[in-house]
Amino acid sequence: MSDFTISVDKKPFALFDRVKSLRIAPPPRKKLLDLFKNLAISLLSMLVFLLVWQLGSSYLFNMEASSKIEKARIDQGDAAAAELQMCINSGNTSCQPNTLPSPAQVWSAGGVLWSDHVMIARKKVEFKQKVAETNQQRRAEGLTPIRYTGRPSFVDQIFTSIKTVLVGFLISLLIAIPVGTVIGLNQTLRTSVNWLIQIFKPVSPVVWLLLVFMIVKTVTLNSGLDTSFIISSISVGLCAMWATLVNTSLGVSSVNEDYLNVAKVLKLGVFKKIYRVILPSAIPLIFTGMRITVSVAWMVLIAIELLAQSPGLGSFVWEEFQNGANDSNAKIIVAMFVIGIIGFLLDRIMYWIQQSVSFEKAMA
Amino acid sequence: MKQSTGTAIVQPRRVPMLEMRDLTKKYPTPKGDYVVLEDLQLKIMPEEFVSIIGHSGCGKTTLLTMIAGLNEISDGDILVNELPILGPGPERAVIFQAPSLFPWMTTLENVLLGVRQVFPHGTKKEQLDICKYYLNRVGLSEALDRKANQLSQGMQQRVGIARAFALKPKILLLDEPFGMLDSLTRADLQDVLLEIWDKEKITALQITHDVDEAIFLADRVIMMTSGPRAQIGDILKIEFKRPRDRKSILNHPDYYHYRKHLIDFLER
Repeated sequence: MSDFTISVDKKPFALFDRVKSLRIAPPPRKKLLDLFKNLAISLLSMLVFLLVWQLGSSYLFNMEASSKIEKARIDQGDAAAAELQMCINSGNTSCQPNTLPSPAQVWSAGGVLWSDHVMIARKKVEFKQKVAETNQQRRAEGLTPIRYTGRPSFVDQIFTSIKTVLVGFLISLLIAIPVGTVIGLNQTLRTSVNWLIQIFKPVSPVVWLLLVFMIVKTVTLNSGLDTSFIISSISVGLCAMWATLVNTSLGVSSVNEDYLNVAKVLKLGVFKKIYRVILPSAIPLIFTGMRITVSVAWMVLIAIELLAQSPGLGSFVWEEFQNGANDSNAKIIVAMFVIGIIGFLLDRIMYWIQQSVSFEKAMA
Repeated sequence: MKQSTGTAIVQPRRVPMLEMRDLTKKYPTPKGDYVVLEDLQLKIMPEEFVSIIGHSGCGKTTLLTMIAGLNEISDGDILVNELPILGPGPERAVIFQAPSLFPWMTTLENVLLGVRQVFPHGTKKEQLDICKYYLNRVGLSEALDRKANQLSQGMQQRVGIARAFALKPKILLLDEPFGMLDSLTRADLQDVLLEIWDKEKITALQITHDVDEAIFLADRVIMMTSGPRAQIGDILKIEFKRPRDRKSILNHPDYYHYRKHLIDFLER
């Protein structure tokens, strides 16, 4: 057939006009060059970022050091000031100013955290080997095996946080997608719950946490469950679900009229219509909502962990801040980078999923 | 036949496949009703192909959507086989102006969705065979598993044609089906449509802006006056015999006569 092979169609919506896109696509060599250029620009901007950071931290360091020395001079005299000056210059940890750490300090704190993790991991293995026999006995007797209860490493905290955010994300999907679909289908229902969505959407994660705490505390009374994990994941879910809820209901309620007409002419039943026409057509919007939900979930998680004192990156940051050890600040900055990178990766993963299920091009 | 034997041969009464009786459509507005169509009368016989032509806004699309059951009737009746219609249904298949395929389904799935509604008791193979037969007829056997949004506009509308015929409808409603296509593709698709139609002879009602398309496809062209209160202005019978062939029709002396008739009406 003629228009099958030689595409002569002039498409008003030429989204998928392959012929055209091939023609204007740059040759591979130029693409490679562009990639290289972008990489170089990114590297350069990273260098600038590190430089500004280094200058800023050394400025803050000097500022605090001189004020400390000045204070020593006033309080204890010139000799004490000179001694302090020497102490700071020697790099002795007992007298360093506590301020924004330099990139090098953060880098070495990262190393410390990693070797700490390696050590704890080794301890765990040793512990396992030690209790292996006992545990086998205990299992045979129907008792719960003995678990390692030592301090979690930084890497353990990361995985706890990821677990919490995933459970929270699942909770938010389980609520938001069904509810969003139902209210999307029914204009009256949508109007009647609109006030609720508008009021609860902007509520701060802290307040959600307290609400969930009130309820979960009572529900799990005397059950011996790990409530901090339950509380923080439910709170994360409730905070983050709104984007998916609103997008689902928008997607469901704004299905192309033509599709609905086709469904009417074919006399599709209610469920078939929802399942085969309405939901698939809402999928791009639902996934956009889910992507926002993941980012929000990750962002509020840190604050919620911090408050709920459930293990994870949030409590790690808070404990380090309270701790006030010499390298605490550097560890906090390490956590900051880790949080940012994981958030970025989560968003990328959602973007890939969005791309693979969507029949429209997703926004990068 | 002459009455040679003396007994009267009763001619079977010809029942129209589709009939509009006193059909009226009004939209209420604050300043009183806006009447789009008023007391429209029209009979379309079985196996007839009718084109409706008229200026934009004359209510021809309103008429078609009412027949499809997608638009409420204000007054009067629409009868299919002398029975009034109740809402939309697959026995009145529609080929929409925008192909309206579901972009998340493949070509085959788009057709299959309807076939399964109409032949729910067929085996999976029977259902698939129907789909494949019609997709083959529109020249898409190679594109069964391609997602609908990867097809060109012209190919999408081919699927639209296959989807409508695969429902084995009593009536085929065509809402400017080729209006969005360029003229070369349009001619291709008109040929495809006619080729299938010549085999199936499904009563068809087509809406169009295009004078040549109206003549080429139809047995009768109905010219509508401009709205509001649009009515049938004139009816032109097209006497070309079928199957039709574009070239011989273009060379036919009557062609220009028909064309002039329609253009004179539209430019009045």
